[in-house]
Amino acid sequence: MNRTDRDDCQSAPDRSQSDCERSENGSNRHSTDAPEDVASGGGDQPVGGYADAVADPNKFTDEERDPGRSAISGHAANGRVAADGGSSSVSEFQQMADVSMTDAERRRQWLDEKILAPARIVWDDWRARSGVLIVLFYLLMGTVGLMLVTKPSPNQGGYLVGALRTLEYPLGTTASGVSLLSQTVYATPSMLTMIASGAVFTVCLGTFFGTVAGYKGGTIDSVLMVVTDIMMTIPGLPLTIVLASALEIKGSPVVIGVLITINAWAGLARAIRSQVLTLRDAEYVEASRIMGMSTPTIISGDIIPNLMPYITMNFVQQARAVIFGSVGLYFLGVLPYNSVNWGVMMNAAVNRAGATSSPAAFHWLLVPMLTIIALALGLTLLAQGADRIFNPRVRARHAETVVDDEDGGTGGSGSNPTAPSPVTADDDEGGGI
Amino acid sequence: MSHVLKRLAQSVLTVYVVISASFGLIRLLPGGPLAYLRSQAIQQGGSDLSMSEINARIAAQTNIAVNEPLYVQYYDYMVAMLQGDFGQSTRYGEPVMQIIGSAIPWTVFLTATALFLAFTVGVSLGAFMAYREGSNFDLASTGVGLVLNSTPGYVVALLFISYLGYRMEVFPTGGRYASELTVGFNGPFLLSVLYHGALPITSMALVGFGGWALSMRGNSIRVLGEDYLRVARLRGLSTRRIAMRYVARNAILPMYTGLMIAIGTVFGGAVIIENIFAYPGVGFYLIQGINARDYPLMMGGFIIITIAMVIGITIADLTYGILDPRAKGGSSRESY
Repeated sequence: MNRTDRDDCQSAPDRSQSDCERSENGSNRHSTDAPEDVASGGGDQPVGGYADAVADPNKFTDEERDPGRSAISGHAANGRVAADGGSSSVSEFQQMADVSMTDAERRRQWLDEKILAPARIVWDDWRARSGVLIVLFYLLMGTVGLMLVTKPSPNQGGYLVGALRTLEYPLGTTASGVSLLSQTVYATPSMLTMIASGAVFTVCLGTFFGTVAGYKGGTIDSVLMVVTDIMMTIPGLPLTIVLASALEIKGSPVVIGVLITINAWAGLARAIRSQVLTLRDAEYVEASRIMGMSTPTIISGDIIPNLMPYITMNFVQQARAVIFGSVGLYFLGVLPYNSVNWGVMMNAAVNRAGATSSPAAFHWLLVPMLTIIALALGLTLLAQGADRIFNPRVRARHAETVVDDEDGGTGGSGSNPTAPSPVTADDDEGGGI
Repeated sequence: MSHVLKRLAQSVLTVYVVISASFGLIRLLPGGPLAYLRSQAIQQGGSDLSMSEINARIAAQTNIAVNEPLYVQYYDYMVAMLQGDFGQSTRYGEPVMQIIGSAIPWTVFLTATALFLAFTVGVSLGAFMAYREGSNFDLASTGVGLVLNSTPGYVVALLFISYLGYRMEVFPTGGRYASELTVGFNGPFLLSVLYHGALPITSMALVGFGGWALSMRGNSIRVLGEDYLRVARLRGLSTRRIAMRYVARNAILPMYTGLMIAIGTVFGGAVIIENIFAYPGVGFYLIQGINARDYPLMMGGFIIITIAMVIGITIADLTYGILDPRAKGGSSRESY
């Protein structure tokens, strides 16, 4: 991951040049009078996984200025202490970080590390990029779109005008003369709310159960996993149908979103649990445990940050599942609704105009279907791109290359990080689900 | 052995929990199913029905005798359910077990075939893509896989039924088999079953295999880079053995949990697909029950679908031990 960090400084063309210069200057200013400034890296233990990326940009710039010094990185820490020990009389544990940053610098660095760097990574992958663009389009459609398109109402235009026939109703009209474009656009906000609520619900519950079960182990794990397995075994959509009919719920999109994913969290909890099992015995987690930190602190501070990419990816996949499920059930007409949405449009097309058998009404069915597919495709691409970037399983294949690269880079060898080796390039294709 | 027993016990527990939950849903919700059934009985019977007659009627429909104490109601309900008595459908006037029991083989036929097709085709295609990584074939298949993976099964089903069913009239648009044929193991009947099942199965399998292919591809690529594969090649093992025993086996393992979740997805999806093709499976009756507010039929359908799924997942879980011997010993970890 250090690779990407250096990408920021050396390769990213548009903005990082100035940023890097700034941080270089910053490090100069603070470090000129500090002979053991190298040690500042020692306090900065890697939090594992991608958190390495948090590596201080100062390190590289210092390295490059002073190539004689030994490398500073997570793994090289031991070697460094040995090499440095002679010149410094203070023990490693007593040293304070001597690089002090102003609040503004801190904020800038935070912004760069947490927001800009991931954004740049996403933007580099064509899949993630098209995914982001598609999802952004739908977000705009649900907000700005409402102001641009007239509200759907009966007798807006002729009955069952085909798609792409008139400029006024580009997507055609329904059997009662409602513009399909208006309907599609005005259905977006409630659909997006539903999708978001369902995905948030699943991810929160799944993460909670998965991390607690995986981390605690023992009886708690067994009990939680039995609950999870039971939930996982109940078929989701039929359960939603039965609940919706028995509970007599109202058509609020938030409630429907939660209802659609009522037991989807179980699968996620299982997957997250198996990820946590690999983390629970990591050194830094063990250290926190020995220091007597409480379980909630360890889970939220040490475990969950490492799972964030995985959780993000699942959020996107859940969003897609909510679309599929909700539209399907609205199409069957078994869910209550407050306003027209894409599934209700499909239902009306089939039941009121016989869109499956009559070509005249087919566009009525086709428009919402394409709307769903496009949004789902955007979300799939987003998840795929994120998976390729974050998935340690895909990365693991080239673990050697990554390590070499890292060592070479931090050692100030000046290897060109912008041109990945051919082996790494293969990674671009490796996107599992 | 204890692993198997534990797994079976858990399956039984799941079924028990679901049936109990169905009791809770019917009995405990205020203004819920029971109140509806009562008002329906009063409407149909007129004013000359006494309270006890109405209660007897509800008891026949739902196995819940309203005038008994709650725990007796629960006990009677569970006993009746375990004996396969799911009550009486208000819409069809037949025992629910009879309706659902005749429908469940058809749903299992659809879902199992679709899942099997999607999985085998997807896995073979994914492995092939991994071996040809970076080629045009790989790129094209990835694209197709992505699009299919983003398409819900019912969209494909709707396209199929309107083009192949109604416009070109090459496939039937409803039913399980041609009604004039005699049911049994004869050629024309089996052919007709396949003919009627073709579109539902294809629309479920088509949207499934893209996802399998993509994850198989990713897993195979990862396995192809492992050290033990290099060792296997150095040992001079045959390509076939390497491909089957080393690559395929290790690449499929992580997908097994996905397969279990997919069983649920396919069963859920079948509810929508069966309604599109008017295919009288469990999902079809489930929706019929919902639309007619036929609670016994609805609950019976739901419970039967769940039981079918529990069986499917249990089988998948138990066979996992054959694929991955490590899974057999349930290791217990230190508790923090």
